[in-house]
Amino acid sequence: MSANTAPRRTAPLGMLVGAVQGIRQSLLPAAAGAYGLRDQFGGIGLIAGFAILALAIGALGAFLKWWRTTYLVGADAISVESGVVSRRARSVPYERIQDVSLEQPLLARLIGLAQVKFETGAGGADEIALAYLTLAEGEALRELVRDRRDDSAPVPAIDGDPAEPPNQVLFAMPPRRLALFGLFEFSLAAVAVVMGATQQFDFLLPFDLWDGDAWQVLLDAPAGRVAALGPLAQAAGALAALAVLGAIGIATGIGRTVARDWGFVLERTAKGFRRRRGLFTKSDVVMPAHRVQAVELGTRWLRRRFGWHALKFVSLAQDAGSASHVVAPFAQLGEVTPIAAAAGFALPGDQTPWQRPSRRAFVDGAVIGAAIPLAAAIGLLFSPVPVAAPLPLLAVPLIALRQAYLWRRARHALDERHLYTRRGWLAPRIQIASRVKLQSVEIAQGPLARRGGYAALHLGLAGGTLSLAALPLDEARRIRESLLASMAEVDFAKII
Amino acid sequence: MPAGGVLAMQVTMDEAGPQDITEAGADTLTPLHPNHVKLLRMQAGIAAAPLAIGALALEFATELPTGVIIAPVLLLAAWLVIRVPLRRHAARGYDLGADRLRVVRGLWFRSDTVVPFGRVQHLDLAQSALERAYGLATITVHTAGTHNASVSLPGLAQADAAAMRETIAGHIRRETA
Repeated sequence: MSANTAPRRTAPLGMLVGAVQGIRQSLLPAAAGAYGLRDQFGGIGLIAGFAILALAIGALGAFLKWWRTTYLVGADAISVESGVVSRRARSVPYERIQDVSLEQPLLARLIGLAQVKFETGAGGADEIALAYLTLAEGEALRELVRDRRDDSAPVPAIDGDPAEPPNQVLFAMPPRRLALFGLFEFSLAAVAVVMGATQQFDFLLPFDLWDGDAWQVLLDAPAGRVAALGPLAQAAGALAALAVLGAIGIATGIGRTVARDWGFVLERTAKGFRRRRGLFTKSDVVMPAHRVQAVELGTRWLRRRFGWHALKFVSLAQDAGSASHVVAPFAQLGEVTPIAAAAGFALPGDQTPWQRPSRRAFVDGAVIGAAIPLAAAIGLLFSPVPVAAPLPLLAVPLIALRQAYLWRRARHALDERHLYTRRGWLAPRIQIASRVKLQSVEIAQGPLARRGGYAALHLGLAGGTLSLAALPLDEARRIRESLLASMAEVDFAKII
Repeated sequence: MPAGGVLAMQVTMDEAGPQDITEAGADTLTPLHPNHVKLLRMQAGIAAAPLAIGALALEFATELPTGVIIAPVLLLAAWLVIRVPLRRHAARGYDLGADRLRVVRGLWFRSDTVVPFGRVQHLDLAQSALERAYGLATITVHTAGTHNASVSLPGLAQADAAAMRETIAGHIRRETA
């Protein structure tokens, strides 16, 4: 099979498979049609009419689809034209085809046909499929695409440094670290569930959990002192209940953490990063180093005080499906730095040229946020209890404070190799992206942003999202220009 | 200067504030084909037709004085069909650079997207029945990013769109060879 200049149709027999699928879909409209004509036919006639209609609709649909679908094996690309009324021509350059797969559903297999799918690295779900070609034609097409690609495209860069010693352990969590991690994973959700359960099922308990007197009786104190210490006993009861709930929250947190992260080991192997973890369900994931697109350094407000962070890799989605790419769930910065460095990312340091976002954007955020309590206050003013109107306004200073903190903590920086961003108020999250591995750059402005002269910079990142909100417009343009310059230098084929 | 040009310029002026995305480098943006306005008007007309018919039916059904319902609805429809497409058209534009495609769009929410040719995975050239009637086509580039996985540029003359596709595909071939 060679490159052709004339567009060709798919295998005519494929209409048969298409018609069978079409008939399945046309059952409902055919039923409606037959019902409409029920007066003309009786009994058997109705069923026959129904069947004929379904067949006709399915067959016509399949024929039109076949008639209007053509493909062309060109010099640079494969293109597929389809659509009965709206036409769409999709062209896939050979250099971008990562794999060609042949699929044979049962019916297609019986008559020797196959669906040919071309896989590219596109982030969207839609792919390019030719349904149906004869199996021989499909295999020839696959060979042709592989030949073309091998001729023109160089083999993608091999990951890793060959001189590196194999299977170097980058990070591991001994049981002590795991227990500490579990403490910070205190589960409020579990506490809420237990509290809800005690409200619902308190009749099952031999005493009232919320009654301090009952606790006192349970603790076997003399009856006279209970009466004397009434309020104190109540307080003691409440404290005891809180202690029990707290213990449940801690136990749940530790239990969950141990089950998930038992024996956590991250290794640098010849193939990439290998992560193993799990107590009951063991997982073993390998992430090729060159596929890491960006890294994320997260934390929470309490553990941040003690310097604990979590490191995640943003990687191409197909590597590990929806599995999380946490490579160090609970580590000090000193431990995280070498892991990021092994993937080719540098954590921000003293010399990182941090910039602040536009202040105006956060003022706008506070004004918008304050609108909700303000509306509630106005609503209350005309309600039966106008006295309560100022109450929602108490939220306004909190909203303003939050925006002030958000602004104080928000930063971004651009150096020769990376783009850094830090966002969040109680526990800021840092994202570090490789400049050449970005896919697209968008500057977006809403009506408020246009008035305020700021913009959001949305970056196309394979396997994740990366946005720099609230940049001054000139800054956004400047960053975009320098990013595009470094992106245009290297083609996609060389970064994946 | 032809009358159409003056009109289009006024639209851009009241459209673009001092802090607009397109302010810098607006001169390098290529406007879409003039037929795109007609296409947008036709689409708006199709969308507004049920509204007008409904208003007409309501007008006949109720005892209110003539024009109470139909007049504002028709005014709204006229604004949607005549004015809005003009502004939407003026807000859009593209720039085909040596190694990148820039697409600008949006009236209220403006967006200015640049995709380097080296990041294009595959391309679509699409034509709906309406677009074909006006000789227009939409080009869509697909990237590997989660955000902007596909960027569409409508309202191109069909020949231009086909040429653009060849340019981008040719660039990919050169770069990877």
